[in-house]
Amino acid sequence: MSAPPSPALPSLAAPRGARDRVVPALAAACAFLIVAMLGIILGMVGIGGWERLSWEFLTTAPRNGMSEGGIFPAIFGTSFLVLVMTVAVIPLGVTTAIWLHEYARPGALRTRAIRLAVHNLAGVPSIVFGLFGLGFFVHFVGGGLDEFLYGGQPVYGKPGILWAALTMALLTLPVVIVATEEALRAVPDDHRRASLALGATRLQTVLRVVLPQAVPGILTGGILAVSRGAGEVAPILFTGAAYYLPRLPTRVNDQFMHMGYHVYVLATQSPDVEKTRPLLFATVLALLALTFLLNLAAVLLRVRLRRAIRR
Amino acid sequence: MSLATNGIDFGAAVPRAEGGEPGARGPERTHLAAQGVTVRYGRNAAIKGVSLKVPEHRVTALIGPSGCGKSTFLRLFNRMNDGIEGISIEGRVFLYDQDIYARDTDAVALRRRVGMVFQRSTPFPKSIYENVAYGLRIAGVRDRSEIARRIEESLVGAGLWDEVKDRMHDSAMGLSGGQAQRLCIARAMAIRPEIILMDEPASALDPIATARIEDLISSLKSRYTIVIVTHNLQQAARVSDYTAFFYMGELVEFAPTQALFTNPGESRTEEYITGRFG
Ligand SMILES: Nc1ncnc2c1ncn2[C@@H]1O[C@H](COP(=O)(O)OP(=O)(O)O)[C@@H](O)[C@H]1O
Ligand SMILES: [Mg+2]
Repeated sequence: MSAPPSPALPSLAAPRGARDRVVPALAAACAFLIVAMLGIILGMVGIGGWERLSWEFLTTAPRNGMSEGGIFPAIFGTSFLVLVMTVAVIPLGVTTAIWLHEYARPGALRTRAIRLAVHNLAGVPSIVFGLFGLGFFVHFVGGGLDEFLYGGQPVYGKPGILWAALTMALLTLPVVIVATEEALRAVPDDHRRASLALGATRLQTVLRVVLPQAVPGILTGGILAVSRGAGEVAPILFTGAAYYLPRLPTRVNDQFMHMGYHVYVLATQSPDVEKTRPLLFATVLALLALTFLLNLAAVLLRVRLRRAIRR
Repeated sequence: MSLATNGIDFGAAVPRAEGGEPGARGPERTHLAAQGVTVRYGRNAAIKGVSLKVPEHRVTALIGPSGCGKSTFLRLFNRMNDGIEGISIEGRVFLYDQDIYARDTDAVALRRRVGMVFQRSTPFPKSIYENVAYGLRIAGVRDRSEIARRIEESLVGAGLWDEVKDRMHDSAMGLSGGQAQRLCIARAMAIRPEIILMDEPASALDPIATARIEDLISSLKSRYTIVIVTHNLQQAARVSDYTAFFYMGELVEFAPTQALFTNPGESRTEEYITGRFG
């Protein structure tokens, strides 16, 4: 039952000039390039590091001037750092986002100034965070604490996990704020109105109706922050990371080893670069695997929680 | 407490006495009253000097073309207009003799007495049980048996109990549109308000679900004062005792429903109900 072509109607096939074909081709080429780069990086790291990656490598400390052994202290230090960072950044970021989205008047100068600050914070180079952390946390706050509590003895006024974690928390703060705000925005206003109309206060509405629905988004932001915090080196360079430590850190003012920094150390500070190269690749591979796993977890978590809530 | 104690002359705001409501039960107390209320969004007046008295234990319908200010007017009674940017409210609104907009009136306490049901049903993404329990929990009710009792009472009252009693802990998101709207009514009833405001509660529902809501409304008025916004004139005629016709922010006419529909006192009312505009 094919209808006869109707010459009176304009053709549905748009005229296609050369440009219509060039642009998609370029776009496809760019996309391919990105995939290829990622493939090359992963391939090199994978091939170079796969052999050395073993259970032993992940669970033992470096030996012999870091030319042998594993990276356990670096994994431990990275986890410790990220844990303290999360404890600091989630409450601060989530409360800020709640204030911005649920309480502040959108047009007010104050609100816009804070938004602007958050966006600019996201654009500050990470080495600047490192310097800020050294100046503010280590010297000013830590040094001040020592002055008052320990009579000038350097207890907190030196690089340590706490200061590194707080510096990293500042760096990842915009991620958490933006993700949380986005999650809050996705909660229908109808739910807020319904809650208020039932005699709930603003706070009750936020805590019992809005936040539970925003949890998936907040967790996603948290995991993205963690994966960023696990990978960045510059902010911790002056604020707590150690080249090599014989013992694991146990207190928040101890220095710590870090996977990213360890990569840098292996790559540039080793007396015998050839000998440490397999270790270097294996460390990079472990670091990449960790960040990928965290990102994957963020995605899966979001999907699962969304489904659980919408059900 | 009669309105006289307010010492307010409501003038034309009292519904016309004629037309004799068939079931009229003696003198009616005024439950809610607006007195010379003007509401502006920025410079644009949505309600212009409206006075009106809502009688206790009756269904009062607000009708009028879309945008004439019905929702704005309804929200005055539970202060849901509060917090809208650029809004200004003049005049006075009373719950019995309490000034709703007085400085010492607490909007939260007010909303526990004046419940509201919205156009789009808004169950929270929680279980059916938790939806109805919500208002009780935030009001600080802790006793589990008390909560369970009130939940059952409200769901029975909203005509939903038989349909959900075996799946109280399933998500409320699985309910049909009509069930969800009755759940919202039950949720509002659970905190035992005196008044239930309804803003086009059936406009998103199919005819069968709508009929159930209308039956429900009729059954509720022995216990609640109901103010319902609707743009469905048949619905207003079916469920309400009094009808207020709004046009462009003004209250054109307020009368017993039967009188308003059979013998409108204003030509604009007549034009509207006979479908000549709106
Ligand atoms: N939040 C708001 N901000 C600005 N103007 C509004 C707002 N809500 C309603 N209005 C305006 O007020 C008038 C009355 O609206 P509304 O009360 O919703 O009427 P109805 O419920 O009768 O359709 C309309 O002109 C509408 O555009
Ligand atoms: Mg409306």
